[in-house]
Amino acid sequence: MKFTFNNDTKKGWRLLSIPFIFSLLLLAAPLTMMFLLSFWTQDYLTLDKTFTFKNYIEAATQPVYKLLFTRSLIISLTATFFTVLLAFPMAYFISFHGGERKALWLFLITIPFWTSYLIRMFLWKVILGYNGVLNSFLIWLEMITEPLTFLLYNANAVVLALTHGWAPFAILPIFVSLEKIDRSLLEASTDLGDSAIDQFFRIILPLSAPGVIGAALIIFIPTVGDYITPKLVGGTDGLMIANMIQVQFSKANNAPLAAALSVSSLMIVSFISIVFVLFNRKYLRRY
Amino acid sequence: MSKSSKYLKIFAFTYLIFLYAPTLLLPIFSFNKSQIIAFPLTGFSFQWFEALLYQDALHDALKNSLIVAISSSILATILGTLASRATTRYDFKGKQASLTFILAPLILPEIIVGVSLLIVLIQLGITLNVWSVILGHTLLLAPFSIIIMNSAFNNLDLSLEEASMDLGENQFGTFYRVILPLVLPGIIASLLIGFTLSLDEFIIAFFLTGTDTTLPVYIWAQFRFPKKLPATMALGTILLIVSLMLLSLSEYFRRRSRMLEDSIPNKN
Amino acid sequence: MINQVEVKNVYKNFGDVKAVDGVSLEISQGQFFSLLGPSGCGKTTLLRLIAGFEMPNSGDILIDNKSMDGIAPNLRPTNMVFQNYAIFPHLNVAENVAYGLRKKRLSKDEKLEMINKSLELVGLSGLNNRSSNALSGGQKQRVALARALILKPKVLLLDEPLSALDKKLREQMQSELRHLQRVVGITFILVTHDQEEALTMSDKVAVMFDGKVEQIASPRELYERPSSKRVASFIGTMNFIDAIGSKSGEKIKVENRILGKFELPQNQVSGNHVNNKLTLGIRPELISINPRKSKSADFIEGEIEEISYLGETTYYKIICGKDIEPLNVLTQNSFGQMNYKVGEKVKLNIDKDNIVGFSG
Repeated sequence: MKFTFNNDTKKGWRLLSIPFIFSLLLLAAPLTMMFLLSFWTQDYLTLDKTFTFKNYIEAATQPVYKLLFTRSLIISLTATFFTVLLAFPMAYFISFHGGERKALWLFLITIPFWTSYLIRMFLWKVILGYNGVLNSFLIWLEMITEPLTFLLYNANAVVLALTHGWAPFAILPIFVSLEKIDRSLLEASTDLGDSAIDQFFRIILPLSAPGVIGAALIIFIPTVGDYITPKLVGGTDGLMIANMIQVQFSKANNAPLAAALSVSSLMIVSFISIVFVLFNRKYLRRY
Repeated sequence: MSKSSKYLKIFAFTYLIFLYAPTLLLPIFSFNKSQIIAFPLTGFSFQWFEALLYQDALHDALKNSLIVAISSSILATILGTLASRATTRYDFKGKQASLTFILAPLILPEIIVGVSLLIVLIQLGITLNVWSVILGHTLLLAPFSIIIMNSAFNNLDLSLEEASMDLGENQFGTFYRVILPLVLPGIIASLLIGFTLSLDEFIIAFFLTGTDTTLPVYIWAQFRFPKKLPATMALGTILLIVSLMLLSLSEYFRRRSRMLEDSIPNKN
Repeated sequence: MINQVEVKNVYKNFGDVKAVDGVSLEISQGQFFSLLGPSGCGKTTLLRLIAGFEMPNSGDILIDNKSMDGIAPNLRPTNMVFQNYAIFPHLNVAENVAYGLRKKRLSKDEKLEMINKSLELVGLSGLNNRSSNALSGGQKQRVALARALILKPKVLLLDEPLSALDKKLREQMQSELRHLQRVVGITFILVTHDQEEALTMSDKVAVMFDGKVEQIASPRELYERPSSKRVASFIGTMNFIDAIGSKSGEKIKVENRILGKFELPQNQVSGNHVNNKLTLGIRPELISINPRKSKSADFIEGEIEEISYLGETTYYKIICGKDIEPLNVLTQNSFGQMNYKVGEKVKLNIDKDNIVGFSG
């Protein structure tokens, strides 16, 4: 490959180099460091720098890590599924029936998400708790006599809180992809004999696929590593891999294992994302 | 058709209630007299807001958070403006790849960014303080700044720059007299969004904060004390109002930048 | 001839805007019919009313004597070629063409045969698997045509189908479309703002202004006998000269300072009350400059103000006196022809038999 240093290249890199070097130092270097560390071992405060797969073997074989990895993936995938499932009709409604109030709807949707993530997740604990808002409300209505205990401190609570917390990240990209659909395509499909349902499955859904896939990835990748939600509403049955990483790092003083768990989860997430993208490659062509 | 759109509308409003449910509890319970957060409500009171005035730890955390939010939003906006200008104005090899790399923190799980940064800082033997949080937040905010600045730079017509050069200005003069005024609303929007996001960010701050606690880390600690919940709700209410005000302000500037651009005829 | 499409007193409002304001027209089977008018005249709305994308506020549309009231677009015997072609970007050429066939119970082979046939019809044989992103504007147009024609509609609706093409391709597609219509023999309704396009392609043209149909006629009639000044100046160029006119038996007596006195047959004068004021319309090619031999001796004196050389023809603007607008004159160019200069004094002769008059 020929690499010519033309004028644009020079000027472009002169500007880009500063943010690029910053990201190298604060993102690439730490990630590399974490990668290296994951092959070392630590005994209390002394770091043994001999190369070993011990941490990865531990991560792969210890039942507790296996459980946490699977649970993180299941919770995250379930939450992603429900978030997208609920977001789609909302985005569809705004795009196709929003009329002149589209901007207002989008604004209404984003407002609650400017409460800090931390407080929002905590509020779910307040809502679902034993003496929480929902239970006290139901008792007040005399629909139940004893507080419901299955609401909080389990995986379902984590899924519910995540489905709420990441809603705009699904609604917005799906909305954008629906907006991009040329309305004359819809008229063409009707003109060629499609009923409203045919049209949805033959035109609208395939053409909005990039937005749906994008939304799924935007939610799936960060939620696998979510720390706050499982810690607040998950109880012991709802803890996820990020909580373990934090524990290994601070309380257990086993940074190399924490690093190996981090690298592993990053690998797993990347693998699933890539498979997902390849699986949907057909829809991701640029139109 | 009209029937299905009716169902959609019902769904949309129900969903909206679901989205608002937790947030609406904030003001309700921050003005509620009772210390227990539960229905039925017991009466109106300002006492929880008042209680905030006497928490010294909160004031320290607020001070730290302000330092972090101001510094990191400025740094991130500088980085974002540079990256955005480079990639919207010039076409060069490696542009897309390096931009993707800089944007990566947008989707990387925060815990991984936090842990890896912490590893390096510990290895280098650097003491954790506000500065480590500032650097972490700058890394996290730069992508947001890039996205905002991209929309500001994207519609900037190249011929305006050329006209300025043609009329005798040098590159710096052109930057100060033409480009900067046109993208200034974008810069302000980026600062405001960055400030808001930093003020709310927990994970990175939690890992990198050391003894200089920020506001979200302080709130996290308060969650353990049921007695302090109503005051924490009051704090959340204040934060929400501040966030919304900053957001409206940034939206105003973003719109202004678009209006400025729209007033330029024949833009491509 | 059988009326295939009947539009009966149709009104369509969008808010306060009367897009279609009481239109009635009849289109016979197998006709190439054009709706011509400036943008915003309601022609596209009328087409979309026929397609079923809009419902009229009042009036009715009949296709094969069947009222289309309340019938959805997907159930009408019409198909449409959209202005931007509306080619489905996620489907290839064959999938686009076969889009409407899904509901029809056909075997795979039958489908393929139909696809190939209609691709052949529009000159795209062999492009079945081409991705729709890889198509040029002209090719997209052809796919849109094939996609509509494969369903054998009774009426094909074309919404400004050629406006996105460059001039050369547009002219080529005009003759191809005309040819295609003769081959398939179905009724075409074309919406266009381009008068040349309407004239070259259509059997009949309806000229629309402000939501109303002003004239429905064959292209020749439209050009030579426009029913109003508006139609006359929208289709080609026309010189307008004020005159006095009075009825005299079967003819109209006309008097004008420059043109003198002469008579026009009644069918060349439109409008009702022909008592006094009359506007004469003269096409630029009816005026000749310095004719070698002229039947009549009455020349008009003029001075050339402007010359535009257009290749095959030359346009002149000639001043013939203070009280009338400069006359537009068109001459065919041939080799060894006289060259006039700006400011030159010339004599003009007008073919009075083909002057038209507008009154009222």
